[in-house]
Amino acid sequence: MTAETFLVSLHLSTPELILAVGAMVLLMIGVFTGEKSSGLITGLAVGLLAVSVAWLIWQTGDGEAYGGVFLSDPFARFMKVLTLAGSMVTLIMSAGEARSAGIDRFEFPVLVVLATLGMLLMISANDLISVYLALELQSLALYVVAAMHRDNLRSTEAGLKYFVLGALSSGMLLYGMSLVYGFTGHTGFEAIASALSAEGRSLGLVFGLVFILAGVAFKISAVPFHMWTPDVYEGAPTPVTAFFAAAPKIAAMAMLIRLVITPFEPIVADWRQIVVFISIASMLLGAFAAIGQRNIKRLMAYSSIGHMGYALVGLASGSMAGVRGVLIYMLVYMVMTLGTFACILAMKRKDGNHVENVDDLAGLSQTNPLMATVLTVMMFSLAGIPPLAGFFAKYFVFMAAIEAQLYALAIIGVLASVVGAYYYLRVIKLMWFDEAKGEFARPSGVLRLVYGLSGLFVAAYVLIGGPIGTAAEVAARTFF
Amino acid sequence: MTDWPILSAVTFLPLAGVVVLLLMREDSAAGRRNILNVSLFTTIVTFLVSLWVWWDFDYSNPGFQMIEKHAWLGTGISYHLGVDGISVLFVVLSAFLMPFCVLASWVTIEKRLKQYMIAFLLLEVFMVGVFVSLDIVLFYVFFEAGLIPMFIIIGVWGGKDRVYASYKFFLYTLLGSVLMLLAIMAMYWQAGTTDIAELLAYNFPRQMQTWLWLAFFASFAVKMPMWPVHTWLPDAHVQAPTAGSVILAGILLKLGGYGFLRFSLPMFPLASEYFAPMVFSLSIVAIIYTSLVAMMQSDIKKLIAYSSVAHMGYVTMGIFAANTQGVQGAIFQMLSHGIVSGALFLCVGVVYDRTHTREISAYGGLVNNMPKYAVAFMVFTMANVGLPGTSGFVGEITTLLGAFRANTWVAFFATTGVILSACYALWLYRRVIFGALEKDSLKSLLDLSGREKAILYPLVVLTIFFGVYPAPVFDATAASVDLLVNNYTAAVQAAQDVALSAKMTTGRD
Repeated sequence: MTAETFLVSLHLSTPELILAVGAMVLLMIGVFTGEKSSGLITGLAVGLLAVSVAWLIWQTGDGEAYGGVFLSDPFARFMKVLTLAGSMVTLIMSAGEARSAGIDRFEFPVLVVLATLGMLLMISANDLISVYLALELQSLALYVVAAMHRDNLRSTEAGLKYFVLGALSSGMLLYGMSLVYGFTGHTGFEAIASALSAEGRSLGLVFGLVFILAGVAFKISAVPFHMWTPDVYEGAPTPVTAFFAAAPKIAAMAMLIRLVITPFEPIVADWRQIVVFISIASMLLGAFAAIGQRNIKRLMAYSSIGHMGYALVGLASGSMAGVRGVLIYMLVYMVMTLGTFACILAMKRKDGNHVENVDDLAGLSQTNPLMATVLTVMMFSLAGIPPLAGFFAKYFVFMAAIEAQLYALAIIGVLASVVGAYYYLRVIKLMWFDEAKGEFARPSGVLRLVYGLSGLFVAAYVLIGGPIGTAAEVAARTFF
Repeated sequence: MTDWPILSAVTFLPLAGVVVLLLMREDSAAGRRNILNVSLFTTIVTFLVSLWVWWDFDYSNPGFQMIEKHAWLGTGISYHLGVDGISVLFVVLSAFLMPFCVLASWVTIEKRLKQYMIAFLLLEVFMVGVFVSLDIVLFYVFFEAGLIPMFIIIGVWGGKDRVYASYKFFLYTLLGSVLMLLAIMAMYWQAGTTDIAELLAYNFPRQMQTWLWLAFFASFAVKMPMWPVHTWLPDAHVQAPTAGSVILAGILLKLGGYGFLRFSLPMFPLASEYFAPMVFSLSIVAIIYTSLVAMMQSDIKKLIAYSSVAHMGYVTMGIFAANTQGVQGAIFQMLSHGIVSGALFLCVGVVYDRTHTREISAYGGLVNNMPKYAVAFMVFTMANVGLPGTSGFVGEITTLLGAFRANTWVAFFATTGVILSACYALWLYRRVIFGALEKDSLKSLLDLSGREKAILYPLVVLTIFFGVYPAPVFDATAASVDLLVNNYTAAVQAAQDVALSAKMTTGRD
């Protein structure tokens, strides 16, 4: 590598460098100033993420870096902006709730920045090795974050569960990668693709593919590798859950898209079966298992499993329209998730106790009409009812599935969405039809801002959807 | 022609009212009155604008008018509005019924009036939007969006079993609609557009038409509602507040019929012809069976709800008769039913507000102390039966004529429905209005108040006016209906010619 290409590489990976260097600096500040600095470090971490976003938006250089293991392209930029925005908003939200959630330590923002760095690298990874390293960087930070409230039994349990199952899935991923390497002789994505189209696929490679997809399915919490999700969502402190539900899902989905569209593009028929199966199973489980949930965080866990299923509907088509659909879906999903979690964080009784049961929302429309309206908008949107953003997200993924003639997948998907509507309606019913059982404390300004803005986004998608769709299309064209 | 976006105005005007309402408070009597005034004002202005749409409408032009088109969400979805002879009157009907809904809620809605009015105004936006959409995705957005406010209206301000009724309403209609959504996507990939005007001109392959028709049918049949997927309607009607029932019967039920006219018949003519016998059978079952069921009801609202299902049977029958009389009659029947059933629910609301019961057995002899009410109720009952001189008669006789031309037996069975409707409606009227005024709870009831007169009298006038002089409606719809029927006949004829020539060629071999 010459000095010149090295400089180009550095330039292309500037957002990652900002985060990497920044995280270390923040760590130093934290270590030397002690526990009391957590507020300052959270602020600085948000600033770091914001600088990265700004860089991504205004610097549009694309290309390969570090000898082809790192790739910067419109798709990566789109997904990175989403991921960074997700991390940023969760950090902002957690700032006010950190003390009551038991995560009031300076390590928390640093770990979030490190995890985000891992996610950015995952999105840009163009080689099996760099995929794995990025994934592990992200995961290790996330394991610690899950157990952040270390005096709390449920939080530590969540961290341990996440770690054990995450390690298992990493193992599967690595095993799959070794098989792919063994049968193609390459780790670079383009090289694998050309080897596959030249030599055709062997049975061993399909095994490798299955293992890789299983590992990634774990990361996006798709059925049948979803078991950790409800427990971790419930056990982790709520700001952490909000973080888990947003940014890592985006990054893992981006990684999955790149994996199946670039190296395994020649064997689309093989991976499509797997994706279709995972998608159907996730949609159905997300719809049916959520019905019985009483804890709103568990409910959201099943809801997110279902939503990953819907996003995969778009991916299953393997077309430009499909990838565009997934991108729009992930964007809308993230906004809905953050808005909903802002509302969940605002579920605090006047005595300062957080409550997590769906029933605690009863009569919210009388005690806090604005929050009830936002949460209603979120629930209808999650259920996919027009004219809200969630409908258009579903529209674009199902449209891709119809184009690819995956009729069975589409029909099962829309029917599952009707079943899913039932439990979203239950939340709405509690807020509007039932009498209030108790009041919540007035939510903090930050939370009101977050749920207000996400409510506005979801409701006004009909007005702003055009440019978003165009951006997603530009990003999706990267592959086609 | 006007050069300002009049259709957008009539659609989104209620949103202005919503914004004003959001800024108001309802904790005082004055605040309450202001909310009511703002809502009434908004709905009346919207109605006046809709009248303007009708005024500007060119009767001789069978195509779409007052077109507005803008790029919207990319990938072919555009913001495309316009009306033709089929839709223009539904816009007027929707806007017309809204002020009555506000008036009907004047005193009855005691809690959360502001939210109630916001829900109604949003509902108006979505309903009018359905009728003016010329993009099929936009249509679907409006079509489904109406579920949200209606769900809230039934659930918050409804009766005892409101939760069950609202869930059933929501999930039933959603289940029907999602299949239509997939069909819409399939049409997009086939025809490369979501523009209704272009889709109307596109010929879908025969095999595909069948599937698309079934998917659309799933949605519209539930919305209509047709037997056997009508069961959500009686529940929703009974539990909804009076104004909710008016909108449900008056407009939401028309979305299904409108959908058949706008999509199923012109876009899938071959499938429509193929499935017409099935629709006829379902219509006849609806007419006869639900009339019989209506006879056995002990709840006034439920009875009217079942009679609505029966009357919608005439509409589906008329539409799929696919001749001028049938389609014209179906449109007229829908408009007339919109007024008459809306009025009947308002009548029920009048006595319900006084006694808080809908049991038929709780009433009797109301003619003695509520003569004005008795007259108004009689006019609507007669219109519901289809007595000549009321708008109900015109709709029924034209649909029956259309059905007679298409299939004599269908007309024969459907006519028995007229007799049955006389049975349940007159029986209801006798039990509620006539007889001795014996029940203590009824003796102190006062006749119509000024507000109630303002609600019921205009509807009485309209019911009789359109019964005697239906020309304004027929004139407006004639050109578009002719175009629709001609295109349909031509498409079916062309398919038969092809089939015939194919048979002749094979015969020669």
